[in-house]
Amino acid sequence: MTKLTLEDLKKIKEEVRSSTLLREGGFRAKITIHMGTCGIAAGARKLMTAVLKEVEEKKIQDVMVTTSGCAGLCSREPMATVEILGNPPVKYCDLNEEKIKEIFLQHVVNGEIVEAYALARGSESTY
Amino acid sequence: MKTYRTHLMVCAGTGCVACGSLQLRERLAAELESRNLSDEVQLVITGCNGFCAEGPIVVVYPEGIFYKKLTPEDVPFLVEEHFLKGRPVQKFLYTAPSAKEKVPLMKDIPFFQHQVLRALRNRGLIDAENINEYIARDGYAALHKVLSSMKPEEVIEEVKLSGLRGRGGAGFPTGKKWEEGRRYTSFPKYVICNGDEGDPGAFMDRSVLEADPHAVLEGMVICGYATGSHQGYIYVRAEYPLAIHRLNIAIEQARNYGLLGHDIFGSGFDFNIGIYPGAGAFVCGESTALMYSLEGKRGMPRIKPPRSTEAGLWGQPTILNNVETFANVPSILLHGSSWFASMGTSGSKGTKVFALTGAVQNVGLIEVPMGTTLRKIVFDIGGGIPDKREYKAVQIGGPSGACLPAPLLDTEVDFDSLDEAGAMMGSGGLVVMNDMTCMVDTARFFTDFSVDESCGKCVPCRIGIKVMLNILHRIIRGEGKIEDIDHLEQLGQHIKDSSHCGLGKSAPNPVLSTIRYFREEYEAHIIDKRCPSLVCADLVKFQVIPEKCKMCGLCKKACPSEAVTWEKKTAAVIDLEKCIRCRSCIQACKFWAIE
Repeated sequence: MTKLTLEDLKKIKEEVRSSTLLREGGFRAKITIHMGTCGIAAGARKLMTAVLKEVEEKKIQDVMVTTSGCAGLCSREPMATVEILGNPPVKYCDLNEEKIKEIFLQHVVNGEIVEAYALARGSESTY
Repeated sequence: MKTYRTHLMVCAGTGCVACGSLQLRERLAAELESRNLSDEVQLVITGCNGFCAEGPIVVVYPEGIFYKKLTPEDVPFLVEEHFLKGRPVQKFLYTAPSAKEKVPLMKDIPFFQHQVLRALRNRGLIDAENINEYIARDGYAALHKVLSSMKPEEVIEEVKLSGLRGRGGAGFPTGKKWEEGRRYTSFPKYVICNGDEGDPGAFMDRSVLEADPHAVLEGMVICGYATGSHQGYIYVRAEYPLAIHRLNIAIEQARNYGLLGHDIFGSGFDFNIGIYPGAGAFVCGESTALMYSLEGKRGMPRIKPPRSTEAGLWGQPTILNNVETFANVPSILLHGSSWFASMGTSGSKGTKVFALTGAVQNVGLIEVPMGTTLRKIVFDIGGGIPDKREYKAVQIGGPSGACLPAPLLDTEVDFDSLDEAGAMMGSGGLVVMNDMTCMVDTARFFTDFSVDESCGKCVPCRIGIKVMLNILHRIIRGEGKIEDIDHLEQLGQHIKDSSHCGLGKSAPNPVLSTIRYFREEYEAHIIDKRCPSLVCADLVKFQVIPEKCKMCGLCKKACPSEAVTWEKKTAAVIDLEKCIRCRSCIQACKFWAIE
């Protein structure tokens, strides 16, 4: 391998940092995919994959992607909750891959709630 | 780069590996695979997390949830609940000894709360075997800054201004040593990293090397540039296989990136590092003995001057620093000397890593600002003394150190205050002792260690410490004379004054400090022929005091030789014919009812 320059160092730092930043806290938004048995059965895993793909492609660093259990409304699964720091969380229901992508771009990235898919504001919060 | 939503930091310091963290990791990997989570959840092997008492440890990010004492059998449930369904598993969380409720987040656990990580800044946060993760945490940025924009003199000035003092124990100002090393113009010059950590109960250097080997390498290269050296050696104990393994990987990776070898960063500066596993002699931690050992000779100290900076390894100028000292260097150069000096006391800047062991709840590796009180270390971070026992003393600095009693708990720990108290920083071992510890016996233990490890070159150390040990043995057997105490003090002082190297000069410290702070225990042994802590078996009668006996029968259960007769609602009786004086009953009794 050839010698490292400062640019290489910076490049490695940025690349790896985007993946290790997760360990340092400091998130602007959190998106929770509800993964109870009902959610998984209704296709929540596909949502998760889609969200992670978006995060990866758009090189997003300040969004926490996490799972939680059944949201209690099993008939409307798959569900997801989006929480922008300082704002009440918003629950979305009856999702699919296209919808979650739209929510991710519009709500998580741009901060505008996608009312068409939204169920309600407010949520139990996980830590 | 692949993006993961969750990172599992599995501690693989020696402590956790011994508790089975590698098997745990394998099971985690298999379980994540079978649940199709391998693409979403990343498994990372880290160096020592520090909270060794609770191992094996797994920390889950982004939440920062701290799981303790996990076994492979716990894995399927954990993976299903937390990583699939997002519910942290209560039963694997940490509970503080004093409180009932569980503490899920690492940052809320008192053990971690009071620590300030500088030398250990990357512990548990990076994969120690992946140079990219080190670079992501600003690794090698200091080296680049130094090589591209600073003159060697400026580097030395910066280190001097920071107030960094050698972390190996003596506390010699690092910048001053480097300056001296630079002054001599005989080449080649050498940089040596001293990783020959030999104090009983100390594992600071091992943890730094295991958790963040690149920090040490970077510090060494910077030192080489500042002092005009092109070759470094790391002298590390052969008993630290994991540290050596990770160092080898780190050196290999750094070479591949051109961060070691010829023309680093295209600056024209060359530096190489080699590893030398030491065979495990305590005296080889002494710098001149270490250099002889490195040359393949018998490890024995020599008379100074000349100092090593003038004539060290193979008679050439050599700059030797401790592992932790080197690990502090990159951040000083990156953030500036005033950043480093902003923490600590007037004479000791920055932080210090301690290995906290003994009779304390939270055994582990900690890093605190210089000037933190012993009370805070033992009670806030260490969680106090377990089993409702009383604090008696803390042994600091290993066989060269001292035992500090309760009235000194508010001592602010730095180089100078410890010196005043008759102790020394040493490399940072802290052994906490409870009221079940006999101070005479403790002094005997450390003196015994020094006798074993004395290289035999000078008389005061070779014979003097042995004489002290014989006197201690006599006192412990109940054959002590009252003048023995003064004799020990005089002899100890002579040995301190006339020994050749640091080992002999500090070997009487355990005896002198215990006489200074616990004289009454020596007197009890000698005059009353009694060991107040019931440790010295020759001075224990092994009789049950009926008034104190609560008739619980714990002593009978503990006795291996069926010497205790006990029935419900009667006081126990020990048959001295059958008693083997093993002290199991004394340790089992909660009421001090056996004397």
